[in-house]
Amino acid sequence: MTADVGSSPTVSHGTPAPGRSAEVRKLDRVVIRFAGDSGDGMQLTGDRFTSEAAAFGNDLATLPNFPAEIRAPQGTLPGVSSFQLHFADYDILTPGDRPDVLVAMNPAALKANLGDLPPGGTLIVNTDEFTKRNLAKVGYDGDPLEDGSLEAYTVHRVAMATLTKGALEETGLTKKDAERAKNMFALGLLSWMYHRPTEGTERFLREKFAKKPDIAEANILAFRAGWNFGETTESFAVTYEVAPAALPTGTYRQITGNTALAYGIVAAGQLASLPVFLGSYPITPASDVLHELARHKNFGVTTFQAEDEIAGVGAALGASFGGALGVTTTSGPGLALKSETIGLAVMTELPLLVCDIQRGGPSTGLPTKTEQADLLQAMFGRNGEAPLPIIAPCSPADCFDAAVEAARIALTYRTPVLLLSDGYIANGSEPWLVPTVDELPPIEVGFATEPNAPDGSGEFWPYLRDPETLARPWAVPGTPGLEHRIGGLEKAEGKGNISYDPDNHDRMVRIRQAKVDGVAVPDVEVDDPTGDADLLVVGWGSTYGPIGAACRRVRRLGMTIAHAHLRHLNPLPGNLGDVLRRYRRVVVPEMNLGQLAMLLRARYLVDAISHTKVAGLPFKAEELQGVFTEIIKGVAA
Amino acid sequence: MTAIDLGLPEIGGLAGVPTTDARQTAKDFTSDQEVRWCPGCGDYAILAAVRSFLPELGLRRENIVFVSGIGCSSRFPYYMNTYGMHSIHGRAPSIATGLSVSRPDLSVWVVTGDGDALSIGGNHLVHALRRNVNLKILLFNNRIYGLTKGQYSPTSEVGKVTKSTPMGSLDHPFNPISLALGAEGTFVARALDSDRKQLTEVLRAAAEHRGTALVEIYQNCPIFNDGAFDVLKEAGERERRIIPLRHGEPIRFGADGEYGVVRDAATGVLQVRKVAEVGEDAVVVHDATLDDPSYAFALSRLGGQDLDHTVTGVFRSVSRPSYDDLARTQVDEAKAAKPADLGALLRGKDTWTVA
Ligand code: SF4
Repeated sequence: MTADVGSSPTVSHGTPAPGRSAEVRKLDRVVIRFAGDSGDGMQLTGDRFTSEAAAFGNDLATLPNFPAEIRAPQGTLPGVSSFQLHFADYDILTPGDRPDVLVAMNPAALKANLGDLPPGGTLIVNTDEFTKRNLAKVGYDGDPLEDGSLEAYTVHRVAMATLTKGALEETGLTKKDAERAKNMFALGLLSWMYHRPTEGTERFLREKFAKKPDIAEANILAFRAGWNFGETTESFAVTYEVAPAALPTGTYRQITGNTALAYGIVAAGQLASLPVFLGSYPITPASDVLHELARHKNFGVTTFQAEDEIAGVGAALGASFGGALGVTTTSGPGLALKSETIGLAVMTELPLLVCDIQRGGPSTGLPTKTEQADLLQAMFGRNGEAPLPIIAPCSPADCFDAAVEAARIALTYRTPVLLLSDGYIANGSEPWLVPTVDELPPIEVGFATEPNAPDGSGEFWPYLRDPETLARPWAVPGTPGLEHRIGGLEKAEGKGNISYDPDNHDRMVRIRQAKVDGVAVPDVEVDDPTGDADLLVVGWGSTYGPIGAACRRVRRLGMTIAHAHLRHLNPLPGNLGDVLRRYRRVVVPEMNLGQLAMLLRARYLVDAISHTKVAGLPFKAEELQGVFTEIIKGVAA
Repeated sequence: MTAIDLGLPEIGGLAGVPTTDARQTAKDFTSDQEVRWCPGCGDYAILAAVRSFLPELGLRRENIVFVSGIGCSSRFPYYMNTYGMHSIHGRAPSIATGLSVSRPDLSVWVVTGDGDALSIGGNHLVHALRRNVNLKILLFNNRIYGLTKGQYSPTSEVGKVTKSTPMGSLDHPFNPISLALGAEGTFVARALDSDRKQLTEVLRAAAEHRGTALVEIYQNCPIFNDGAFDVLKEAGERERRIIPLRHGEPIRFGADGEYGVVRDAATGVLQVRKVAEVGEDAVVVHDATLDDPSYAFALSRLGGQDLDHTVTGVFRSVSRPSYDDLARTQVDEAKAAKPADLGALLRGKDTWTVA
């Protein structure tokens, strides 16, 4: 087992629970991976198990893994879809490096995922799909279920399709339709094994198939059949309990990063009392934010599916000019297309929220995989000196706070703000302590309503600044007496007319930079429990979980280590230079080739070690633990 | 996917935009910025026409916005004492779309050129037209790139010798009217910079239209493409070439109205004929409100790139719900159906409590 904390799980042997035939063991954490063909409904199965774990009170984290191809041929390796879920009786930080339990619905799923299952792991296989033809499709010479190659694992062979069809015989469904419910059979079996509550799933199925009650009943029957199979057959001698986690008190729900981001955008509009205008173009893995926001028009949210990425951000900026909270959502390739308009937003100094859900690049890259390689694009990917604030959420739930914070900065400083999420936290989920709405601070906007010329001329000067924030007034069309023209040409300081004056340009470039540099950003907090670590790990964005989990492991080994995680990438926190200088070594793990490390080295002359991986998957806590301990040993030597 | 009949009432182009009783003149719409086009540029005439026509709409000045892209014509907003944005090359329709959708109280105008609208911004133009966003798009067509000092444009005639095409341009030009009609533009018109009367009529009709109004304005660039439209201005030639459209009237032209547009009975194709040869009854009576855009399209094909004939006036003016009205209706209906309870949204359906 791979524990977040580097320990073996707490296991206590016990007797069968009352009414249960199997022995019950208590675990502190479990990682389950459901894997099957993309048509097998693995995402739904994983989602439901997640909801059951959440309702039970476990802490949890999930990692869906979608096939890259839209519809790969059935039963092939490219068609494998999986969903990994980590649930525990304490606060966990990642979806787990490796599964403890692998559910494989066909030979392709087995082949694609077996490498991640550590020896001793539990394997639950749907034997019905292990036909000669299916085995040959993925290049198995023999049947791994028969040839002894799975000896290292505890293997449960279950004819899930046959059993499901048997359970649904009476329903009158065709064999094909009946077989489709086999994922619910698998869910039922796993729910039994881990003592999960079942009412939620049954209720969910009834709601989901409200218009097709026979399908709802079939799925519920299959779900119950899976449960009963565990209960009545002797093949499963042990069941497991993972107690609820002791999380801070409050009301929780499960949430994915993209949903949290969408909610953050809705909340920002409400907190600022502004309509929200989302201009967007479908792109993986950002489209879910568009879908989610499209459902919340009752909050004064307009969603505009534009003809392209450029029009998406253009319309958002047009709406901002008109006094709305303009938002655009995209991924790396789309951000590249939006650069010119973002530059216009820098020049016109209008609020704009740009959300980049990063994916593997360059070019089309790996659309369904995660990466953090757009940091320098966000920082510098525009012509001219075009600075803007950058914020990166560190976990699925954090996307909510990050979105509100990004909108607050955009509206306060009249600037485009870039929010850098990524595929890992966008699709991953975790429990979220739902905030109390009344406790969220309002966002003060303050439109200009009066002429402001300092010379008393009664004119309106659109580029006269707030001395504190350096923000210019936001005078929206419809305000009498403040008619003015803005645009991409350089502006005269104050009056805002076109200016080609060299000194004015130099001044304006520096003012725009100073405005972004002056954005109020909280100091970065350092997690250094003993206060005497030699090694500081600096991360940003979605690596928070794996880095945090790796640091816990290192500490369990008796070593000291510090972790500082950057939410604000531009401007960087004011205390960061001091923090960096306090440690003998600094390591910066990133899912790119060292982009933050480059910024830190340039800005602070710190000899940071860059540890990088661009495999389309998040870091494993285990590998980072290895990297960190090596460096610590090196420092000590 | 199901289609929903949104059943909106027909409304005027300026409905929702606040009006004023104060007397306005062209001067009220003149900003303090010095106009910087080359002497003799056709843009001056268009600017003058717009400034002096706007007062008759009686709108509050602060509720009018001009959005432009990049190019000579796109300097236009700076010269108007309204709100304005001089944006990026080709992108004005998208910026104006966001503005128009979020602000029903604004009269939004887009000023663009042949390069801006048809080359770099072609995508945004056709999508604005297809959506029928409530925008008035003034496309200044001088058949050349002026700001970048004289390269051929997507409306230049084939064989155009310019700095970038010393051996002559190779690509077939767009006919902006045909293009707009192909995108099912609900209001499509053409006017000449030199004909103030017709230009003003067309602008007025455009302003009153709910939805996207595309007005192509032939505009002379004396510096890089001088005389491009001279044949349409010379006495003698003008009458023979320009085919003015008036809704409800037979399409006749020529010094004595000796020519008319007729429909070939066999093929349905529109052709120019001597009225004396075909008889008055054969002349097509112009109907801009025909729902099928193929009639207006056929009209737009009467003239070629050599301007042998040039149809002017309103080709098409039909009623179709505008995108911005529809988008706002959806938001309003959603608001009416469900209160904006942020707490309920954040909690969702499945919560649990840690005590
Ligand atoms: S270059 Fe041509 S279009 Fe541009 S301002 Fe001069 S005359 Fe007008």
